[in-house]
Amino acid sequence: MIRARMLTSGTAEGPVLSLDEPLSFWGAFEPRSGVIIDVHHPQRGSCVKDKVLVMTETRGSGSAPGAIAEAIRRGTAPVAIILAEADINLAVGAEVAATLYGRHCVIACVTAEELEALRGARRISIAADGVVTQVG
Amino acid sequence: MNLPEHTRAQLAGDHGKAMQLAARLVVKAAEIMGAERLIPISFAHLDACFYTGQAHVDFVRFLIENGASLAVETWTNNGVVSLADPSLRPRHEDPQMVEGAAELMHLYERLGTRPTWTCAPYQLAGGPKLGDHIAVGESNAVSYYNSVVGARTNKYGDYLDVACALTGFAPDAGLHRDEGRRADLHIDATTLPEAWRREDIFAHLIGHHAGRLSGRRVPVMSGLFPDTPKFALKAISSAAASSGGVELWHAVGVTPEAQHLAAVFDRGDTHRVTSDDLARAHRDLSTARDGPLDAVALGTPHFGLGEFEALVRLFDGRKVKAGVPMLVSTSRGIRQMARARGWIEVLETSGVEVPVDVCTYHSPRVRGLRGRVMTNAAKWAYYAPGMLGVEVAFGSLKECVESAIRGEVWRDPDLWTNA
Repeated sequence: MIRARMLTSGTAEGPVLSLDEPLSFWGAFEPRSGVIIDVHHPQRGSCVKDKVLVMTETRGSGSAPGAIAEAIRRGTAPVAIILAEADINLAVGAEVAATLYGRHCVIACVTAEELEALRGARRISIAADGVVTQVG
Repeated sequence: MNLPEHTRAQLAGDHGKAMQLAARLVVKAAEIMGAERLIPISFAHLDACFYTGQAHVDFVRFLIENGASLAVETWTNNGVVSLADPSLRPRHEDPQMVEGAAELMHLYERLGTRPTWTCAPYQLAGGPKLGDHIAVGESNAVSYYNSVVGARTNKYGDYLDVACALTGFAPDAGLHRDEGRRADLHIDATTLPEAWRREDIFAHLIGHHAGRLSGRRVPVMSGLFPDTPKFALKAISSAAASSGGVELWHAVGVTPEAQHLAAVFDRGDTHRVTSDDLARAHRDLSTARDGPLDAVALGTPHFGLGEFEALVRLFDGRKVKAGVPMLVSTSRGIRQMARARGWIEVLETSGVEVPVDVCTYHSPRVRGLRGRVMTNAAKWAYYAPGMLGVEVAFGSLKECVESAIRGEVWRDPDLWTNA
């Protein structure tokens, strides 16, 4: 059983989008559409909207909290982001959006091995206590 | 975590919803960083006043409407628009962004910040000092305050910078702690000729190179002079923060925590800088071939008094070629001081424009910046090609001035002979 460290509270379920490279939420991702626009990113053109995003870490940017909050506001954000490296920027942005808009994006952290195991899943659910389950 | 009584009350909502959110963000960050406690800060410099979307406006509006008040002296980074000169980014270029950006800046004034609107707040009097704990968001300011001033901050992203300013606390982790401030890489430039190390372009090139080598690590440099001017230290801070994400660097005999090498460095790799490394940095930063110029952009981070003095001297009363905009970004505070010395009038007569409150490397374009643009700033050269689609001719301050006068890129034949 995988139990994630929950950086924000909430529950989520959705199809998995596994990213091969770290994503910068600021600049590499278009908050209006949820599409990855970084020309150097292998998943360029993929849409993160309503997905459970699985990636090792983000590329640090001080503007990332605003970018994730803006995506949550617009409804283009993932339902959850599962990382192997705890990320303050995403947690802060998601917390602010939850307070302002009452909408949640679960930010959760697992070990590197657990993350690799989750990459192959089609669909994932995350419970409030952090238990991560493959669905379907 | 052992939290101060006041913070507990804030978390419980005793001080209203705004302070509750601020406390929750600081505590959450502290938990993620593994901090055992919070540490009081005395100063903050906010980056959240730089508009990136409606969420930014909603955030500060929520704070104001729910009784937020700042616990410490708080200054602001530049905005997307200039409140002093709205024509720099006209509304019709992007109405939503221009209006949102101005509204955001007005809201941060209402929150009680000191509206400095500058990415180089350390050039203004009254800021933090050696050993002070502070909360800063803008990457070059984080790098300069940590390294040159010896104040202590992590790079606090949007909202967390504001949360620290409201609560007056930061997580006691990372660069706030002695052990986080040790260098893990030694960059030795003593082998380069002294005359070359005194060139103004050297600071930008070594900063860019140091950032590339260091990534997120803390480097210590040897080979800078104790009398290195502040604008050179600013250049190194910003260049290393852009190319690598450096939040703290030391320079032996120059920065306050590195009186000698052993004070900050006991083990790790030593890299010896060659003139080839600097030539490579120069190529990295130059995307344009030499040729006719469309514009010149200086002042990233914001120009300081020492730079204005040098610029006036280099122009020596000559004029920028007609049709070539030359923009030198700075803060209101510095422009006022430069004006009092007569320098702004002299430069304006030479055809130089001195915008305040903004930087020029992001869109919407200031004064229609496009084509082949020359700059002496490594940070501008690093970001502008991606942000504005311009080509950059990177050069020394003297090369920028001579090129502006000629209207085409001019290269100093003597510059690299010392290298």
